[in-house]
Amino acid sequence: MRSLRLPLALLLAATALFTAGCATTTARVQPWERATLADYTMRPDRDPLALAMAEHVYFSRESATGGRGVGGSGCGCN
Amino acid sequence: MRILFILCTLALTTAAHAQLKVGDPFPPLASSALTGGTVPETSGKILVVDFWASWCAPCKASFPALGKINADYAARGLVLVGVSVDEKASAYAAFVKKLAPPFPTLQDAQQKLVRTVVVPAMPTTYVVGRDGRIRSIHAGYHGDTTDKLLRTELDALLAEK
Repeated sequence: MRSLRLPLALLLAATALFTAGCATTTARVQPWERATLADYTMRPDRDPLALAMAEHVYFSRESATGGRGVGGSGCGCN
Repeated sequence: MRILFILCTLALTTAAHAQLKVGDPFPPLASSALTGGTVPETSGKILVVDFWASWCAPCKASFPALGKINADYAARGLVLVGVSVDEKASAYAAFVKKLAPPFPTLQDAQQKLVRTVVVPAMPTTYVVGRDGRIRSIHAGYHGDTTDKLLRTELDALLAEK
């Protein structure tokens, strides 16, 4: 039983150290780190032609157009 | 076994860096590796620190109001400093040249100060009392509401002896 303690402890330590990087504070993009996210190139609507093309593909595949907003259909699921 | 447990706990807790709260001492500007100008003398004065960035639209919107506050209260013992969190010196310089903020600004290029303070949003304005402790924190800019609140707080702080 005692011989199992050390490997178990090492496994726990390795897991804790490995998952430390996943802590919410380190994984979250902080307010002062959002320069790239705020860049114009990150806007989905920066290219009207690309937007029209995407809309066309969406319409062709889903037989639906519009509805890209967050208004929803009244189901309350959005 | 116990040492390993302590190490694991330390590894998990040091990942978190707590936000500064009202009542906490604000880090001294002089030792925060700020660039882009002279760090003002703040001892014995009311200090307002506004964290902004060139990519932050609400920050730009707050500049005229903060400029007026600076103009109205500077003679009464207020020091208002804008701290840009822009990492690129070129972005900071271009922005300052174009918009000319109506109050002194410095650059936290290493993001040392902002990481210590851990601002909850951009922009965030800290009001620091004469004792160097944070008296209020304004996360975001909400137009007249923020302006009136800041002025009320500053009037009360400046009335303190």
